[in-house]
Amino acid sequence: MKIIVGYGSCGIAAGANKVFDALELGIEEQKLKADLQIAGCNGMCYLEPIVDVIDNDGNKQTYVKVTPERINEILNDVKDTDLKITEEELLERSNQFRIVTEKCGTINPEDINEYIEIGGYKAIEKCIAEMTQEEVIEEMKISGLRGRGGAGFPTWFKWNAALQSKATPKYMVCNADEGDPGAFMDRSVLEGDPHNLIEGMMIGAYAIGAEEGIVYVRAEYPLAIIRLQNAIEQARQKGLLGKNLFNSNFSFDLRIKAGAGAFVCGEETALIASLEGERGMPRLKPPFPAQKGYWDQPTNINNVETFANIPWIILNGGNKYSELGTEKSKGSKVFALTGKVKNGGLVEVPMGMPIKDIIFGLGGGILEDKEFKAVQMGGPSGGCIPSDLIETTVDYESLAKTGAIMGSGGMVVMDETTCMVDMARFFLDFTRNESCGKCIHCRIGTKRMLEILTRITEGDGKDGDIELLEDLAVQIKDGSLCGLGQTAPNPVLSTIRYFREEYERHIYDKKCPSKQCASLLTYEITDNCIGCGVCKRKCPVEAISGEKKTIHILDQATCIKCGKCYDACKFDAITVD
Amino acid sequence: MKCCGGNNSVLKVQFKDDDIDLTALDATLEKYKSTKGSLITILQKAQEIYGYLPLSVLNYVAQNTGVKPAKVYGVATFYTQFRLEPVGENLIMLCQGTACHVNGAKGIEEAITEELNIKDGQTTEDNLFTLNNVACLGCCSLSPVMMINGETYGHLTPKKTVEILRNLKKNDLDTKEA
Ligand SMILES: Cc1cc2nc3c(=O)[nH]c(=O)nc-3n(C[C@H](O)[C@H](O)[C@H](O)COP(=O)(O)O)c2cc1C
Ligand code: FES
Repeated sequence: MKIIVGYGSCGIAAGANKVFDALELGIEEQKLKADLQIAGCNGMCYLEPIVDVIDNDGNKQTYVKVTPERINEILNDVKDTDLKITEEELLERSNQFRIVTEKCGTINPEDINEYIEIGGYKAIEKCIAEMTQEEVIEEMKISGLRGRGGAGFPTWFKWNAALQSKATPKYMVCNADEGDPGAFMDRSVLEGDPHNLIEGMMIGAYAIGAEEGIVYVRAEYPLAIIRLQNAIEQARQKGLLGKNLFNSNFSFDLRIKAGAGAFVCGEETALIASLEGERGMPRLKPPFPAQKGYWDQPTNINNVETFANIPWIILNGGNKYSELGTEKSKGSKVFALTGKVKNGGLVEVPMGMPIKDIIFGLGGGILEDKEFKAVQMGGPSGGCIPSDLIETTVDYESLAKTGAIMGSGGMVVMDETTCMVDMARFFLDFTRNESCGKCIHCRIGTKRMLEILTRITEGDGKDGDIELLEDLAVQIKDGSLCGLGQTAPNPVLSTIRYFREEYERHIYDKKCPSKQCASLLTYEITDNCIGCGVCKRKCPVEAISGEKKTIHILDQATCIKCGKCYDACKFDAITVD
Repeated sequence: MKCCGGNNSVLKVQFKDDDIDLTALDATLEKYKSTKGSLITILQKAQEIYGYLPLSVLNYVAQNTGVKPAKVYGVATFYTQFRLEPVGENLIMLCQGTACHVNGAKGIEEAITEELNIKDGQTTEDNLFTLNNVACLGCCSLSPVMMINGETYGHLTPKKTVEILRNLKKNDLDTKEA
């Protein structure tokens, strides 16, 4: 019997480490013959901690939301425990096509042998033995694979440019900076299937003729760094990284560079500057990294998910890959479903699936069955897709038409309680903070936009603010050198496009329809009040008065709109408007 | 982390460089100083050693690597990971990413501020807690999320947050008494 505990950062945060320890103890105490293992995240974060039991015949039973106290129900194979995953849940999750995350959650990421047993490192072996550099690139072209880091640039094209650059040495860099706050697919691959990334990078390095690789991982992912480091060392020991691999003249080795916390370092020229130990400030292109990158040498940069597709493409063929997806967006895409959605976690689906099927199918719908309002895609560079466009399919072109972007695949779901002006303000606060300061429009323009948005959410919005925001947006886009500034206004433009009325309510009526902007709210005590006095005690500024068992009174002039009375009242006697 | 004169309340937030043993960094400098482009790595190791980056350490790095002090300072202030001031014993990293924002990170921040009387970037008087806002810890499906001393806490509510903080405080007192 094999027992596997989902042991990604998300699982550990949900308590997988305690479950693991309890299982270890239980197995020992009960003298069971069980092989206890860990795996990465299988995407079902909302059900964590997750434990898989595989019996000697290979049958798998999944247990979910496991607690250390209840592990005996697993170890003793209790038949009708509610820890077992339900048929419905399994069905809900079945509508996926997993290439990148296929092995996440099934293999032990800390043991290279498990990866090798199921065909790992066969793709690079095949490239070296049977394919020329040009043939590998041709296969990428056939597959139609486009970069998953955000811009969706064809991978073969970049590789070809790097191959054509004759200077040596060349570098293969992996962008694992995963800057979009609210996205974590790269983390999941690094933690759950690091060898897949290493193999993808090796194939890329073979194709362009690089002998050195660097993975730039964001500092907030300590576990990912440990797992990847461990994987690199194991690969070295097995002779899969190093000199003259597979008895050929191809040599390749890899190292990790931990980022130091700067969103802009996800941009490729800033990333290169950061690799060189400098401040991460983007520079003008051309020259492109393929001509002059790391230490001015030809350098190719791809995203984690892009690399994780490559071994599959080599083994199954570019044609097979291109059967998936739409005309211009091929293959599958991993999405991080978060926010007000029931089944938060990772899903991998063929390109071209309607957003509705992702949120209401795989995602299980909206938390507390509230009303779906919009989904934010592409993070600080993207936009929102409102409920009436929920049939939009996920492919680069359709998403771009809505004003959102594919981005790295973050999908933050919002319901009726999310204020869209506040969301725009949130993103501008982020980009203003993260602007490297090189371009005036980006540095000062985002600050001015933030000031206007803050003003609107605080009830000081003025006639003409929306037009001013639109005007500033165009100028910031035009006046910025890199993608950060060029896309920073998108969350504002997109919310104005679909939720202009909500902006107008803030500005002209001084009201927040989603009841999020504290300054614009009015609390009132109604006749339902039985005079219990709880609100009076909770109020930090003594704005509420009244004798016991009489209807209390709220003094609007003193009220600081903190909402404590509203949260405390058990009799629905306080309204907010 | 206690190397910075934590018992001297007047000097707590200032650099108290005399106490710092610069030689603790020598092995790191030896290892990296001839590899070009390792400034960030050196600063990361230095922060692991001292808990933050005192000015004297920045100067020491500049002297030993030949990188200009202005550049060392420039890099140290560009990246949010680097701190120029000491932190409390428990570093609270509160996620302010999109998913956490949508699911109520603001309320969690208010709860922390109310409980500990500190804002983003500040340290409590007793030097027990420092609050740092960060963008996305990668556990978005458990939002709102915070990380304290490497341990991640998910599905936070204001109430749960306060309980976690009080527990940490209590454990801290207990260990000190014992
Ligand atoms: C401000 C900014 C941030 C970015 N952040 C990331 C990131 O975190 N991860 C990533 O893979 N690409 C990011 N990119 C895109 C990269 O510049 C680059 O296009 C990508 O890594 C190329 O890989 P791909 O072709 O495989 O997508 C960012 C771009 C900009 C302008
Ligand atoms: S947004 Fe908070 S963990 Fe990702």
